[in-house]
Amino acid sequence: MNILEVNDLSKVFHLYILNNKKIEALKKINFTMKEGEIIGLTGKSGSGKSSLMKCIYRTYLASSGEIIYASAAGKIDLVKANDHVIIELRKNEITYCSQFLSVIPRVPAVDVVCENLFRVEKDKKAAREMAKDMLENLGLPFELWDAFPVTFSGGEQQRINVARAIIAGPRFLLIDEPTASLDQRTKDVVIDLILNLKKNGTSVLCISHDEYTLERLVDRRIALFQGEIEQVEIETDQIETN
Amino acid sequence: MSRNDDNWLLRVRNLTKIYGEPNDKTLSLTGPLFNSNICPETDSIVACAEIDFDLYPGEVLGIVGESGSGKSTVVKLLYFDMEKTLGGAWLRPYTNGLSNILEESNQKKRFIRNNLMGMVYQNPRDGLNFRFSSGGNIAEKLIMAGQMHVGDIRARASDLLNKTEVPVQRMDDRPSSFSGGMQQRVQISKAIANNPPLLFLDEVTTGLDVSVQARVLDLIRELQQDLGIAMIVVSHDLSVIRMLTDRTLVMKDGRIVESGLTDQILQDPQHAYSQLLVSSLL
Repeated sequence: MNILEVNDLSKVFHLYILNNKKIEALKKINFTMKEGEIIGLTGKSGSGKSSLMKCIYRTYLASSGEIIYASAAGKIDLVKANDHVIIELRKNEITYCSQFLSVIPRVPAVDVVCENLFRVEKDKKAAREMAKDMLENLGLPFELWDAFPVTFSGGEQQRINVARAIIAGPRFLLIDEPTASLDQRTKDVVIDLILNLKKNGTSVLCISHDEYTLERLVDRRIALFQGEIEQVEIETDQIETN
Repeated sequence: MSRNDDNWLLRVRNLTKIYGEPNDKTLSLTGPLFNSNICPETDSIVACAEIDFDLYPGEVLGIVGESGSGKSTVVKLLYFDMEKTLGGAWLRPYTNGLSNILEESNQKKRFIRNNLMGMVYQNPRDGLNFRFSSGGNIAEKLIMAGQMHVGDIRARASDLLNKTEVPVQRMDDRPSSFSGGMQQRVQISKAIANNPPLLFLDEVTTGLDVSVQARVLDLIRELQQDLGIAMIVVSHDLSVIRMLTDRTLVMKDGRIVESGLTDQILQDPQHAYSQLLVSSLL
């Protein structure tokens, strides 16, 4: 079954405050994704990887085309679905993990990680135990668990960000550069955690520049160039040029 | 996902407030297109007009816009602090959403306000009675909703002050002797005293210093998580909106110019005014 079908997706930014300037970020993107698959999105900076991901998450409104997502309750076009449907999907099925951590000040690291878990797990103590296990696994120093992530280093923040995104086991995960600024050991832990999600049925779309991560993590790759798909890998050793 | 079509907690349609004597062109001659909310023919002022939205249970909706855009007017109309000119609002827990609460009798409005809604104002003086103690303020709200037993009322009040991190030993002190952040937390305790399904927050962190602001935001977020209260958060501060809300309405000159998911409004604003707002504040 396809979890995602992207058809003729285009995104144009219309900047009224810059003399109506138009920026074409995505041009007629087409691809499908099977349930349980991990796809790596590659391409230079500015090629449209993050734009594509944000259109799927609806942080960006697509200009045309469709994004058909097979939700647990049936197919939904993420381009046209109303805001409340998207909010429900974000709560229950789709998680987006950006490159940068954005949190409420004064919330301890453990509670930041638990954010998505508190919604389903009412036993806060049990949720916090899960979060601590994950932070330990990711090698975040014990002293930092109750500290506020705003003050953390880049690598520490990234681990908080990844932990928060995967702890509740989303059905569909959008993840942007999960291993950038991590050391080799932590990189491997993150990759293993994502592979573990896949075992439990999660589909993953992952942006990465890191050859090691792509090599170990993804089932196939989609390369973007200037807002268009340059290359789609069908299976591991069969390459089709678009 | 059909539940999303009819599961609203609060439905607002065509909510309009005009000061002065409007004529039939007032609405078509004001708004963002004219960069004004003053009718050129009648000089009447359109504080807000044609406001439509649905709020879902547990949802946090933000309203942003510059001063005078009408954002506070919307919540004040809904909390019966002002009389509407046109339009309606329907609240699910009241008559199962069948009657327009803005057209109910004053007695019924008081019931709705005391049992089904809470309001936190920017200025604690608007929400608290400074002649009463902090505990007395919470008791007032509980008594209005029909509670009589003094022991129960005191227990509930100390429980709420605990939750909002106000030292319980200061329960019998007047809010005038409290810091601004503490007053704001007493006001929040009072607003949620009757477990309302709906809470209005009007610029609640404006004027507080950053550490107190963070504490109040943290409290609001926690209440939302633990109690699942639906909220309407009015603020001109986009970082408050980003931290607290799922969805946002952008207002200008009394009208909604754009509505959408909060991250979409902040990262891919569609309307010229939202683009200006976001680019000037981030």
